[in-house]
Amino acid sequence: MSERALHDPFTRLDRQREADRLGMLLFLGSEVMLFGGLFAAAMVLRLQHSHDYIAASKEMHYWLGGINTAVLLTSSALVAGALEATRAGRARLSGWLLGFAIALGLAFLAIKGTEYAIEWREGVVPRFSDAKLHGGPHELFMVLYFCATGLHALHVTGGLTLLGMMIWPKGAARAEREATTLGNVALYWHLVDLIWIFLYPTLYLAR
Amino acid sequence: MSRRTSQDAIPDTREERASYLNAGQGLGSWLLTHDHKRIALLYLISITFFFAVAGCAAALIRADLLTPEADLLSNEGYNRAFSLHGIIMVWFFLIPSIPNVFGNFLIPLMIGARDVAFPRLNLASWYIFMAGGLLTLAIVVMGGVDTGWTFYTPYSSTYSNAYVIGALAAVFISGFSSILTGLNFIVTVHKCRAPGMTWGRLPLFVWSHYATSVIFVLATPVLSITLLLVALERIFGVGIFDPALGGDPLLFQHLFWFYSHPAVYIMVLPAMGVVTELITAAAHKRVFGYWFIAGSSIAIAVIGFLVWGHHMFVAGQSPYASAVFSFLSIVVAVPSAIKVYNWTATLHKGEILLDGPFLFALAFIGLFVVGGLTGLMLAMLAIDVHVHDTYFVVAHFHYIMVGGTVSAFFGALHYWWPKITGRLHSDLWSRVSAILIFGGFNMTFFPQFLLGYEGMPRRYHVYDPSFQVLNVMSSVGASILGLGYLLPLTYLLWSLRYGKPAGPNPWGATGLEWSVASPPPKHNFETIPLVATGPYRYPLEADAPDEGEGEKEAERV
Repeated sequence: MSERALHDPFTRLDRQREADRLGMLLFLGSEVMLFGGLFAAAMVLRLQHSHDYIAASKEMHYWLGGINTAVLLTSSALVAGALEATRAGRARLSGWLLGFAIALGLAFLAIKGTEYAIEWREGVVPRFSDAKLHGGPHELFMVLYFCATGLHALHVTGGLTLLGMMIWPKGAARAEREATTLGNVALYWHLVDLIWIFLYPTLYLAR
Repeated sequence: MSRRTSQDAIPDTREERASYLNAGQGLGSWLLTHDHKRIALLYLISITFFFAVAGCAAALIRADLLTPEADLLSNEGYNRAFSLHGIIMVWFFLIPSIPNVFGNFLIPLMIGARDVAFPRLNLASWYIFMAGGLLTLAIVVMGGVDTGWTFYTPYSSTYSNAYVIGALAAVFISGFSSILTGLNFIVTVHKCRAPGMTWGRLPLFVWSHYATSVIFVLATPVLSITLLLVALERIFGVGIFDPALGGDPLLFQHLFWFYSHPAVYIMVLPAMGVVTELITAAAHKRVFGYWFIAGSSIAIAVIGFLVWGHHMFVAGQSPYASAVFSFLSIVVAVPSAIKVYNWTATLHKGEILLDGPFLFALAFIGLFVVGGLTGLMLAMLAIDVHVHDTYFVVAHFHYIMVGGTVSAFFGALHYWWPKITGRLHSDLWSRVSAILIFGGFNMTFFPQFLLGYEGMPRRYHVYDPSFQVLNVMSSVGASILGLGYLLPLTYLLWSLRYGKPAGPNPWGATGLEWSVASPPPKHNFETIPLVATGPYRYPLEADAPDEGEGEKEAERV
């Protein structure tokens, strides 16, 4: 979303930066509404099939989810640190912090993938490996789980791509401009984090 | 006419005048343009095409309904015709119509900016829109879809044999175009206003687009996720709306209408913005109650988010929820009525010019009032049980969407045509077509109120013979309406070649867009204007203090 330099409708760089920031915030607002539909579905499921929802949630691997929460939160903190480092002009430190943040993001995806594999082996994947599913509501819960975490994983992947583009080596004397872009990318990464913070209790801790 | 004669002296120097139209040559300069004006024209051409396609589907429907038997279309074919009509009209004409054409063209000009905040995103938005639109056309060619534009589950997810996934994908894709456009407009209005262009000096057209954009950004993603869930349910045969598993099809309706009811306001709010501009220009008088009109746009956008449940009064929703939704649906009529009263008060003692755009604006007001009042009837729980899923509902929303939005779209097209093309069109013919459209429209849709009240259900093409007279009236009206829509196509295209060149301000109207040449130069303004006054400073010569001027704080630029 950010541009390399001043572009057409703008005559001042600070105004353009404010516009970039506002654009990103609005985009994040639309992302929240996107996941909002899934949370609404979870709420309806929880209200209509209260006991089944709790029973299904109890079968989730909440330790894996918990570790993943820690991993993602740490990654977010590192990105926040990288932003501060960029603002302070310490490009090398920023690069390292971003690298660690990306590694943790990849770890999140790896743990998530492991969890999916375990669920496949357990037979709780609707339609494909559903030997151990007990009843319609359990199946609905798992559908919701795969939709929500799958969509979230797509967003993690998107966030990682953006972060990866930020550590790509570039010319010097760009610290201030870069801070704006990195700030927007960091916002996106925090949102991915925030959605997970709500997804985790909704799916894993409703016991 | 006196306001226009002063412009006749302008020599035909359009070829020499540098404008956005001749700033670059060749197809590439259009398809890769970042200029909001050119992107607006790309949208204008595309949505005109989709309007024609969906109009053909409507013609098929009306032809089939001439007789009570199924003689033109099969049952299946009829379902596909009205589904395509709805899907293309809603998502590929009505929703993008005014915002993406006139919003794109005018917002930067009206606020004194050289472009929208994110020009590349603006172009990307058009490509996304076209991808969705072309996918829809591919579906049409392959055989269409029969779910209706609402994609209700479990029919769409389980039972339909048509190309539902393709249609879902097309609408899903076009949603991103809406989100990006809305985002672009909001940021543009916040960050690209010229020095001195405070919020209180924004033309009301801009306010209504701001409200629309908020709905674009916040409601469209809910539709995206809903369609995604339906598509997954259809592909994998298991999903959260599946009643066989204990899932809730009503949840689909809640999620769908959480978007689609606000989407009604996406369609009508920009039209209201257009009408406000047309009315003040025709009355040559300052708009009555600037802040009430601006505030009512925002109020409609906000309350519009809270009324979706009125689509499910008979779908098994809790009666307590229905009562609340009924109340809120009545409440949303208040800001709508405020606008109508303000337009009327603006006309009071105005120096009215009965030109084409004004007739379209008047048509909007009349038809919108009928559509709005029947909307109040439908918001009443008891009446809705009686007329739910009948032609009464069909007539009601066509009065809003076609009578309202399409009239305003044509009004905008006629009003800003000289600005967009640099040519004046025939005022006589524009008045003829406005009258033809108004008459044809009423003849098409008023009988449908009667049909619905007498009990003819919607989406049926085999009906009781006692309904035939009204159906024939409706079909005849539709042909007049069709003629009314074709007419502007001829004289507007004719004016491109033979129309008199337009001066900067052929209507004698206020507003920054009329201060630049027609057609505007590539970068809109040679120097960014300094805005010292509010909009609608009529009469043009006088400089009476602008109302509400005192409460504006100086905007940082």
